[in-house]
Amino acid sequence: MRPSGMRRLFHYVITLGYASAALSAQFCKMANLRVLVGVKRVIDYAVKIRVKPDNSGVVTDGVKHSMNPFCEIAMEEAVRLKEKKIAKEIIAVSCGPTQAQETIRTALAMGADRGIHVEVSGKEYENMTPLHVSKILAKLAQDQEASLVILGKQSIDGDNNQTGQMTAALLDWPQATFASEVTKENDHLKVIREIDGGLETVKVTLPAVITADLRLNEPRYATLPNIMKAKKKKIAKHKAADFGVDLSPTLEVLSVEDPPVRQAGQKVETTEELVTKLKDSGVI
Amino acid sequence: MAALRVIQKLARTVPARCLAASRMSSQASTMSAGHPVSEVVMPLTVLSEDEQMMRDSVAKFAKEKIGPFVREMDRNSKMDDSVLQGLFENGLMGVEVEAEYGGTDSTFFSSCLVVEELARVDPAVAVLVDIQNTLIVTSLRLHGTEEQKHKYLPRLATDTVGSFCLSESESGSDAFALKTRADKKGDYWVLNGSKMWISNSEQAGLFLVFANADSSQGYKGISTFLVDRDTPGLTIDKHEDKLGIRASSTCPVHFEDVKIPENHLLGTLGHGYKYAIGLLNEGRIGIAAQMVGLAQGCFDYAVPYTMERKQFGQSIFNFQSMQHQISEIATEIEAARLLVYNAARLREAGHPFIKQAAMAKFYAAEVAAKTTAKSIEWMGGVGFTKDYPVEKFYRDCKIGAIYEGTNNIQLSTIARYLKQEWQQ
Repeated sequence: MRPSGMRRLFHYVITLGYASAALSAQFCKMANLRVLVGVKRVIDYAVKIRVKPDNSGVVTDGVKHSMNPFCEIAMEEAVRLKEKKIAKEIIAVSCGPTQAQETIRTALAMGADRGIHVEVSGKEYENMTPLHVSKILAKLAQDQEASLVILGKQSIDGDNNQTGQMTAALLDWPQATFASEVTKENDHLKVIREIDGGLETVKVTLPAVITADLRLNEPRYATLPNIMKAKKKKIAKHKAADFGVDLSPTLEVLSVEDPPVRQAGQKVETTEELVTKLKDSGVI
Repeated sequence: MAALRVIQKLARTVPARCLAASRMSSQASTMSAGHPVSEVVMPLTVLSEDEQMMRDSVAKFAKEKIGPFVREMDRNSKMDDSVLQGLFENGLMGVEVEAEYGGTDSTFFSSCLVVEELARVDPAVAVLVDIQNTLIVTSLRLHGTEEQKHKYLPRLATDTVGSFCLSESESGSDAFALKTRADKKGDYWVLNGSKMWISNSEQAGLFLVFANADSSQGYKGISTFLVDRDTPGLTIDKHEDKLGIRASSTCPVHFEDVKIPENHLLGTLGHGYKYAIGLLNEGRIGIAAQMVGLAQGCFDYAVPYTMERKQFGQSIFNFQSMQHQISEIATEIEAARLLVYNAARLREAGHPFIKQAAMAKFYAAEVAAKTTAKSIEWMGGVGFTKDYPVEKFYRDCKIGAIYEGTNNIQLSTIARYLKQEWQQ
């Protein structure tokens, strides 16, 4: 080959080298995401809830518990990101009593790489609120150098719908809540949110907090082989104090009551009769 | 390597619940009234964490992915493809298969739990999974060469259904009067004969066939052969139109000069009868688990109904005679479950278990029959219609007293052991 040809070839090789290095650096950045997923142990959705006789709360002893359905969806999204090689590592975290470890194990069986259990039990657990949890998650996200925190939009016991938003605020990270679709585009995420008026598309830069809504995905079953493999994955144990979080109650629950029993309706034959009945009962 | 394998096997059979026990033992020994215990043995119905997770996972899968298809599968007498695929995808078809072969790497007890949970939703699906795990997979794990294991175990765990071909039209309980012949011709075996009542045969890719290689030896000539579905000469006849477990295909399977290479002999020549006895002794614990699941599934449907149904101004559950009947059935289901769990734990721990396994199968089949009959009565007219699932459970349970050893055979087996115990 002539010298100039050699030089050109050399040039191409070098350019190719830079290009692939740049691409792989981008790729590495893409596949570098460490994802923190919050999973909460709640009373199973199919269980009939009973209020305690002293109205202090609901009966939890001996009642079937499982992972909050929205946390399952959050976990599934994280696993899909890992399968698409966007996420590198998934950490499942739960704040609660010893039994919360069962929920973390389910997350491990779904595909999380390791777990963190922040042990909170007894009275402290009863008084724990989204603000406490958000403070813990925020500190964890920083300690673990996570670039993405995915949570369920709300838990089916508290129905607070606060933890995701508070965590983002404490971290000063952007948030995309009620996500029904998450796509990675270059260095940001495009998230479609379910809002009252329909769908809203937002762009969030990383690091960010996402909360999962119902239609984001359909969570996989923990297959039996994965349940067995999850036994080898580690769960690190901590206390809230390890993260400098004080669990003193900020709210006091005064009473928990059943919703009013549904009254039987009445059928009427004419509109006039309807109006008369409404007037008689003082509704109008 | 072999030593490591043995250690691994032992490690898996030591119930993980003993580890759970040690976790709880410090609490338990202080809680027990006055007598400190050095070791805590867990109650039979308290499962280890893995077992509980597996049960929950299978229950969820069964409810969501099998439940919607149950009526249609029963009506058409056909297993749905998506159901079958789901069974493989979730690792339910190779529960005891080691991870290196692509299996779930779990225990015999876990496979019984899987069968029980599936039977709560559809006993026909449960029997397919039971046969696969307790008969087909076990025979390969116990008697297969490394080559046979490598060839078939991964397939059984991921996409191939197996069929256990023992019974014939003239040999049911008298299994060893079987007439299917295996003749050695050079490097090949040639099988000739007909098998009847073969479950899973419509879906099976692998057939485990018991044939006599030397009829002059009587039953001591019976040997076990592995036959792939596409082997020329193997034909599967139309499935039986059954009373119950209709989604589970049951067909005659014919062997006409079926040639198989000699390395398709499983285990030792002439030991087939021993293998069959051993496999069925364990397999019937799985069937017992199926019957317990069936009874529970039926019961769980009928009892809430009795609490909702009102007559004479109150729910029929409030009437004392109803409560007594329901409580009696609940007790019997619990008793049957304990027999099954104990037989499974005994077998796993390497203790003698054959008498207990026979008791479990016999009792569970009887309890399932009683439960389903009573459930229809409790539900009255609606229980008698196909709109409600109890009539299907009623039809499904009958086979429990018949297959994998009739109830009479179980009772004779128990009597044999009792005789041994008392003839010291």
